Amino acid sequence: MKTQIKRIAIEGNEAAALAFKQVNPDVVAAYPITPSTEVVQKFSEYVANGEVDTEFVPVESEHSAMSACIGAAAAGARVITSTASQGLALMWEMLYIAASMRLPIVMTVSNRALSAPINIHGDHSDAMGARDSGWIQIFSENVQEIYDNVFQAVKIAENPDVRLPVMVGYDGFITSHSEEMIELLDDDIVKNFIGKYKPKYNLLDVDSPITMGPLALTDSYFEFKVAQAYAIDHSLPIIKKVGKEYGDLTGRYYDTIEKYKIDGAEYVIVAMSSTIGTAREVVDRLREKGLPVGLLKIRVFRPFPLEDITNALKDIKVVGVLDRSMVPGSFGGPLYHEITSGLYHFDKRPIVQSYVYGLGGRDITMDHIEKVFEELVDIGKKGKTNPLTYIGVRE
Amino acid sequence: MPINLKEIALKEERLVSGHRLCAGCGASIIVRMVLNAIDEPVVVANATGCLEVATTIFPFTAWNVPWIHSAFENAAATISGVEAAYRALKRKGEVDRDIRFVSFSGDGGTYDIGIQSLSGAIERGHRAVYICYNNEAYMNTGIQRSGATPRGAFTTTSPVGDVIPGKPQRRKNLTEMMVANGAKYVAQASPSHWRDLMEKVKKAVATDGPAFLNIYSTCPRGWRTPDNSAISIAKLAVETGVWPLYEVEDGKYKINYKPAKGFKPVEEFLKVQGRFSHLLKPENANILEEFKKDVQDEWDRLLRMEEATNK
Repeated sequence: MKTQIKRIAIEGNEAAALAFKQVNPDVVAAYPITPSTEVVQKFSEYVANGEVDTEFVPVESEHSAMSACIGAAAAGARVITSTASQGLALMWEMLYIAASMRLPIVMTVSNRALSAPINIHGDHSDAMGARDSGWIQIFSENVQEIYDNVFQAVKIAENPDVRLPVMVGYDGFITSHSEEMIELLDDDIVKNFIGKYKPKYNLLDVDSPITMGPLALTDSYFEFKVAQAYAIDHSLPIIKKVGKEYGDLTGRYYDTIEKYKIDGAEYVIVAMSSTIGTAREVVDRLREKGLPVGLLKIRVFRPFPLEDITNALKDIKVVGVLDRSMVPGSFGGPLYHEITSGLYHFDKRPIVQSYVYGLGGRDITMDHIEKVFEELVDIGKKGKTNPLTYIGVRE
Repeated sequence: MPINLKEIALKEERLVSGHRLCAGCGASIIVRMVLNAIDEPVVVANATGCLEVATTIFPFTAWNVPWIHSAFENAAATISGVEAAYRALKRKGEVDRDIRFVSFSGDGGTYDIGIQSLSGAIERGHRAVYICYNNEAYMNTGIQRSGATPRGAFTTTSPVGDVIPGKPQRRKNLTEMMVANGAKYVAQASPSHWRDLMEKVKKAVATDGPAFLNIYSTCPRGWRTPDNSAISIAKLAVETGVWPLYEVEDGKYKINYKPAKGFKPVEEFLKVQGRFSHLLKPENANILEEFKKDVQDEWDRLLRMEEATNK
């Protein structure tokens, strides 16, 4: 069923706020931070104009933002928030608690570099610092995907078999402040798609009191953590199912990964978020020249879609993994580590080269990406990788 | 609002026995009094601390009311989220009961690490009662100094050394900060004066907005006092002027306990506690004098505030 299409030009943050408005959550507790500020700002306008039924809690810090979200979600409310960078870092303690308490909070993150030096521009250091927090992490390539991912995040988070918080990332400034044409859904379509949130337990059910957030010692803590790990592992098919349902509704299908011209490719770049758009152009250009190149977009980073990724890459000759964050003291970015670990168990596997790029919003151009493909061809000839390579940095 | 002892004795306990708080701990006594004074259904948020760890060791719980703990510094932010959810869901007709919201934190969770989230929650005006059970140090981690620790007191991070005998600084006046923060009802209470405490809880709960109660809570382990002295020492704190009982309603001060024959000597309070034993030695006479001056200054200030706000 394809619905009637409404199109508007809108910036990334405003698209997130608009999606929040259409979700019409019970509670939004948030604190502004560059480059996600407009999300909170725009949403508070919706509140001030009575366009949503939401209780807006303008907290005094991101730590309190997530704490209030936890309290509200535990009370049975549908809860959304938004942050970036230092804000996400300040929330770090509470991210783990939100996930461990199995609270389906949805949060957009305008991915931004971490201090020091202070820098307000886009990279993935903030999200990668939260990769072990137990949140589901979905990354958006463009403004349309931000909008689409918010609705899917709500549905994934609240699935009774998941009950986990979901983080929707997009590149700070590059996507958060870019105006793009997107297709909108009608409010009632959104309402039907996300359904009504009915938590099994909540604090406001005063006749059946529950204790949430107890002390668990050596005899039970481990079981809590394993149950939580089981839940996020098993959210993968649900994420795929929701992506398909969303596609049936809108014509825009979503999966954990997106393959672009991988069939017949020998050299493949793996990346996340807005860089995919740039790389897609380069792939088209090089394909025209007859070079067998392709692209793999990672949309879902947590849970890590191991099987999807390894299946897509195992027969490739050389893979270049582009990380927009670094792991100081290690030998590659986070995405590189996970992908190489996943491929290790295959007898036939590609050579994988690690790249770190774009820290602090440093541009990645089509020329850079073309050069990466040239290097991948060289590496293929040599049969051996180069050391971790930084793209576009003065050395 | 009269409190009838027979009636309250018949009410169902909201914090039941079986928890692992120490014998003689003031916290559980205070929680029982507080929750007993509330007639409505109540949801409790608890900061990390003795009360939280000792009452909810999985798979057990001592709480007969909905209860949430998330972290140490954020009980106020957590309960503000619960209260926001309540307002939203009530407006939508999904909750029909009248529910009240209470947070319990120790002095660490209010005076120090939790001050930011408490201040923010009060400024935003959530209708909740924020309670500090104040045992004047970080007891859960083993008696370290806090912003609530009084001058001269021994703690494990303000030890009585040859050069520095106990905590050098005066305690922070958190109650006064909460008045300045704009809490609609603010009070200091002590479990020794239970009727006064419970009346204050009733006023706090009836307040349409944020209320803060600072309640004096004996800690036998940390104060080096006998198990059976929780109430008698709290009583001495009031009777010596160390812990004045007062309340501030919409900015108006009222002192609830003014001894007709004057306060007992501060030494009466100090001498029954190991944490102050060094203050009574001649070489520390100057610290004792400063301690007494702190008590006197606060009392004088309260008298002035009472006079000034009741003209």
